Amino acid sequence: MSARSILYTTALGVLVYGAIGTLPASAQSSAKPTDPQIAHIAYTAGTIDIENAQLALKKSKNKDVRAFAEDMVRDHTAVNDKALALVKQLNVTPEDNATSRSLVKSADAERAKLAKLNGAAFNRAYVKNEVAYHKAVDNALQTTLIPDAQNPQLKSLLQTGLQIFQGHEKHAEELATELK
Amino acid sequence: MARFGGRLVGAFAVCAVALAASPRPGSAETLHRVIDKMSFGAPVIAAHVGDVIEWSNHDFVAHTVTAKDGSFDVSIPPGKTALITVRHAGAIPFYCRFHPTMTGTIDAAG
Repeated sequence: MSARSILYTTALGVLVYGAIGTLPASAQSSAKPTDPQIAHIAYTAGTIDIENAQLALKKSKNKDVRAFAEDMVRDHTAVNDKALALVKQLNVTPEDNATSRSLVKSADAERAKLAKLNGAAFNRAYVKNEVAYHKAVDNALQTTLIPDAQNPQLKSLLQTGLQIFQGHEKHAEELATELK
Repeated sequence: MARFGGRLVGAFAVCAVALAASPRPGSAETLHRVIDKMSFGAPVIAAHVGDVIEWSNHDFVAHTVTAKDGSFDVSIPPGKTALITVRHAGAIPFYCRFHPTMTGTIDAAG
């Protein structure tokens, strides 16, 4: 596992590994994220990827990298719009939490590193980060966010999101191979 | 009346000749396919040259149906439909430009 992947997995795993690891067994169930927290984590994860893509569109001249970044903006915006419509319909207010804060902190640090790179070095680092980021998000969806979501509509939206993001993960992996 | 009937028969005859003269009379079909859950469905679509395939995008993200040989390329917004025409015989691999891991093949008979 790369350092990047560990960074994101740790960020997304605060509730899973961190809290459960330190709490007594009786308190473990309360460590599970609530639906408003899950909605916030999922929305935050999407926003981070849109911001990464916007950086790529600003910096990269590579046709395939730009097409990938445009795909990320288009799809993550569509998923986040669905999520916003759903929380509105359910009258749920997404709730800021340790996982989403940690995720933003990790992503900001990574984006600052990317911003210093140019040309082929930027393209490779951006795509490598996209592979690691989607792996971590897909893993968090499968192991925590989807199983812990209580509302069936939220669960279903996360499941659809997972299918879309798994496609992104494969696309990023193929692009990473091309850029080597 | 007899004269009118004669003209009617004549008109049918003209139509029949016109139909006989067109290639593969009445054979072109419209096939309906659904894009759902980031998939084109069955990996191979059997079709004939001249057939139209109507794609319905049931996902809430946009897709494209793009032939690798460039013979068709349509964008389909979420919830919309788009048509492509099968222009030549043989295997025509296609993919989604937005999600290149989504692929399929049209197996077109002449």
